[in-house]
Amino acid sequence: MIITRPRDWERIEDNLASIGARSVFIMGCGQCATVAHTGGETEVAEVAARLEALGLEVTGWTVGEVTCHLGGTKRESRKHGGDIEAADAVLVLACGAGVQTVADSVTKPVFPGLESLFLGNVIRNGIFEERCLMCGECVLDKTAGICPVTTCPKGLLNGPCGGMWEGMCEVLTDRECTHVRIRRRLTEQHRAGKGTLAPKDFSKTLKPGGVNIRRQGGSR
Amino acid sequence: MSRLKDMLAAGEFVVTGEVAPPKGADVTAMRAAVELLAPHCHALNVTDNQGASLHLASLAASRLVLDMGIEPIFQQTCRDRNRLALQSDLLAAWSLGLENVLVVTGDDPRAGDHPNAKGVFDLDSTQLAEITRGMNEGHDMMDRPLAGATDFFIGAAMFPEAEPWDVQLARAEQKIEAGVRFFQTQAIFDMTRLERAVEALRPHGAKVIAGVLVLKSPRVIDFINERLAGLMVPDAIADRIRSADDPAEEAIVLATEQVREIRAIADGVHIMPLGLDAAVGRILGNNS
Repeated sequence: MIITRPRDWERIEDNLASIGARSVFIMGCGQCATVAHTGGETEVAEVAARLEALGLEVTGWTVGEVTCHLGGTKRESRKHGGDIEAADAVLVLACGAGVQTVADSVTKPVFPGLESLFLGNVIRNGIFEERCLMCGECVLDKTAGICPVTTCPKGLLNGPCGGMWEGMCEVLTDRECTHVRIRRRLTEQHRAGKGTLAPKDFSKTLKPGGVNIRRQGGSR
Repeated sequence: MSRLKDMLAAGEFVVTGEVAPPKGADVTAMRAAVELLAPHCHALNVTDNQGASLHLASLAASRLVLDMGIEPIFQQTCRDRNRLALQSDLLAAWSLGLENVLVVTGDDPRAGDHPNAKGVFDLDSTQLAEITRGMNEGHDMMDRPLAGATDFFIGAAMFPEAEPWDVQLARAEQKIEAGVRFFQTQAIFDMTRLERAVEALRPHGAKVIAGVLVLKSPRVIDFINERLAGLMVPDAIADRIRSADDPAEEAIVLATEQVREIRAIADGVHIMPLGLDAAVGRILGNNS
């Protein structure tokens, strides 16, 4: 899921002030931002109270099912058309994808209420870790299911680097070195080799990404 | 031809030193350091934005060292350049007469004076070594021919004291396979671990130049233990320097002992005098 954190409040205030907004409609997201406790009903209510404390009018709010889904968000926007129309701005408590989807669904100025951080694993409720960078060319087959591109702070395919000490990472000193972990697991599975992983093919990282399985005849 | 390469091939014990390019355009202090070290060293490493902090480029500084009559070891980190820039700088280095290259990963930008920088790390040091070997063979990393091949003597870093050893050894073997012919090690404090490394790597034909760091003050020891990645000063050695009446003098005596021991173990010594450049002759056992 996409991990987000609340945007610095001063920036939100500045954004709203920049267009002289007196009234705001708030949109959350029922997926990732709800699980991340940044854009669910609780957080939307908190932000609404905060805006009202500033003397702004909150014309309404909603937590769409999947805010990054264009069709769904358009429907959600129509459902709340009157409240959105009455607002000077829409504040979105979702990831950047959700913010853009809302911006494509309404005519009012749209502002982000969160910062988007990474694609995260949910380790426990409220504890998220980045394990995949979505690089487009998976190396997990060669690295015992531990991604060096993501979990090594330098993203080295071959390691460890010279900063490793007693098996620990140079940059995140409370974490075990990714390459030490990879080597141990490969050894345990009797598949530790000597080869070097080749440089990454960055052309595989589609930027901007886009997939249209309809154009591929609907097949995957 | 690289003199460093020839000497190592001939089995001679080599001495390498290190100079840091300035943060700024004034090379006076660096020239002075070269002049102090040159009489005692066969080659001098020229660091590349050391400590992930901005300095004059290793490429230009290496050429300056060469012009002063001593062979440079051009250091290249993977932190600041992508594969195009790394290859183009290698070609530039060769065209400038630089024949030794030390390929290293590089400290993370978060450790340096531009902590907001993007760490490039498009390649890692093993991949860069392999690409350098390819350039020696006359092609770029895409296997396309170069108009004029390089002939670098390729070196890399090695960390005999950083555990787990099996990971370190595998890493060093990987580098050898990628074309590395000499290693310069992190500072050595435990000679048995240096011996272990040399015994493991010699059969592969790789030369090991062991690092000696002059622990000139208790402050330096604290800095290494608290701030420097991949190195710790053992308590016994730290206590020896800390309890000395004259820590700098004790550090010189210690380094002199270490160099003597390394002569019997490794293929060379890499001396890091941390400013005590004037003492290098003494540390090496020269009567100058």
